[in-house]
Amino acid sequence: MANIISDETIEYVGILAKLELSEEEKEQAKKDMGSMLDYIDMLNQLDTSEVEPMSHVFSVNNVFREDVVTNGDDREDIIKNAPAQKEGSFKVPKTVD
Amino acid sequence: MNLMSLTAVELGKKIKAKEVTVLEATKAALAAIEERESKYNCYVTVDKEGALKRAEEVQKLIDQGELTGPLAGVPVAIKDNMCTKDMLTTCSSKILSNFKPTYSAEAVVNLEKAGAVIIGKTNMDEFAMGSTTETSYYGETKNPWNEERVPGGSSGGSCAAVAAEECSYALGSDTGGSIRQPSSFCGVTGIKPTYGTVSRYGLIAYGSSLDQIGPVAKDVTDCATILEAISSYDKKDSTSVKREDYDFTSALVDDVKGMRIGIPTDYFIDGLDSEVKEAVLQAANTLKEKGAIVEEFELGLVEYAIPAYYVIASAEASSNLSRFDGVKYGYRTESFDGLHNMYKKTRSEGFGAEVKRRIMLGSFVLSSGYYDAYYLKALRTKALIKKEFDKAFEKYDVILGPVAPTTAPKLGDSLSDPIKMYLGDIYTIAVNLAGLPGMSVPCGTDSKGLPIGLQLIGDCFQEKKIIQAAYSFEQTRTYKRPLN
Repeated sequence: MANIISDETIEYVGILAKLELSEEEKEQAKKDMGSMLDYIDMLNQLDTSEVEPMSHVFSVNNVFREDVVTNGDDREDIIKNAPAQKEGSFKVPKTVD
Repeated sequence: MNLMSLTAVELGKKIKAKEVTVLEATKAALAAIEERESKYNCYVTVDKEGALKRAEEVQKLIDQGELTGPLAGVPVAIKDNMCTKDMLTTCSSKILSNFKPTYSAEAVVNLEKAGAVIIGKTNMDEFAMGSTTETSYYGETKNPWNEERVPGGSSGGSCAAVAAEECSYALGSDTGGSIRQPSSFCGVTGIKPTYGTVSRYGLIAYGSSLDQIGPVAKDVTDCATILEAISSYDKKDSTSVKREDYDFTSALVDDVKGMRIGIPTDYFIDGLDSEVKEAVLQAANTLKEKGAIVEEFELGLVEYAIPAYYVIASAEASSNLSRFDGVKYGYRTESFDGLHNMYKKTRSEGFGAEVKRRIMLGSFVLSSGYYDAYYLKALRTKALIKKEFDKAFEKYDVILGPVAPTTAPKLGDSLSDPIKMYLGDIYTIAVNLAGLPGMSVPCGTDSKGLPIGLQLIGDCFQEKKIIQAAYSFEQTRTYKRPLN
């Protein structure tokens, strides 16, 4: 395997991805990511120095619309999906001290 | 009369002619589900009560002359990554196991305007990440042609439900082949339209620049009719395209005389099953005999589409799936220590292995220091791939090839080696990267009796050409059902 994924890298990616992996999962992730990157490195065979990155196949411009509310008040239905709620609001753990 | 063996358009006609009521059609679908669902597991949710109630409403609207379209009263199944108001929408994930959207996806709204009766929500690979429907949190779906085989994925539930006649037609979504490959494995017909044709509003995003909703049905006529119903310009989707025309059924013409069809020689490589190859070349020959000009050509860059796709799709997925945090909807972990621990535990318990794998890869390729080398490199490769297709469509109306290198693999055979599974998408993935329309049409069975799909690819906005080619080809065959 050409790409060796270190413990630090997996730790860092876990922070970015907001995932908590078990030791076993970490080992598996190191292997999986290494072999995927080996495979992806195939793209380096292509000379892309003169090519602009293409994020969309059609030229997309900003799409503007008037800032007008069109939906009704579905607050009650929306809050029904919340895992925890209090007085019509989403209940979350303390975020600031 | 077996109402479920009819195509959607045939059933619609009978309903319109008052030979069949909407309630009878709905009950027939529910009875088929009752009889066969325990065997195939096509659905995550079956909304029996809602469907029966809706059937009566639709019947009234038909009787009042307010619903006159070809799909009025016909039962449909929706892939479980499209929001359906007040109906469970899980994406086949634990993290959305209790999510009831407060609105419906635009494609679903369009179908309802056409008089559709939604029977339920179909099983899929979790968040549409997979090629077998085995990564679903709600169990695997089985292929109605052979229960030891996968239905393909990620729209495996939709395609199996159509093949098993547990609905008259279905909606699927296609990010890298997720409509075409399971259509091929299940012996049904499916279209992935040009990017931007069907609104993605209410489609739970996987790879936003690649995702498109499309129809799955028994034949080309159904698919064109359904596509016409679901396509629309939608202000709520900023990537929605205002097309010049939304008429697809006028292409249902049995004529390929003078049509220029190109077969990429680089599709016929190692790994392509010989029986699949034979069936696809036979189909090309059939079109040639009907007057098409069939030529071989070199497409180029075929093998680079998969690595480019996995960088782009994983990057977009890592961003799109950051919204699942256990705050506003869905699953939340039971015990936690503070906000960040809640996020981490919720996501780690809520997502399955394949989803985590792609989120990790996506987070990595977008991280500082690797963004240029991986993400931008993939976007540059995408531009090169698009150019190859542009060149091909200067010469050809339609590109013809296989959908997948093999027929449906056995359950359990694919997940052990992710890269091998990803290689199975070699013929479908580039179509998403280039935003093109593509479809899968049954073109035979192998010696094991498993269906083989023919893929027809068109230039952007040229759905009509592939529909016409597919329709002409279909006239030379009869629809084969897996059921006896």
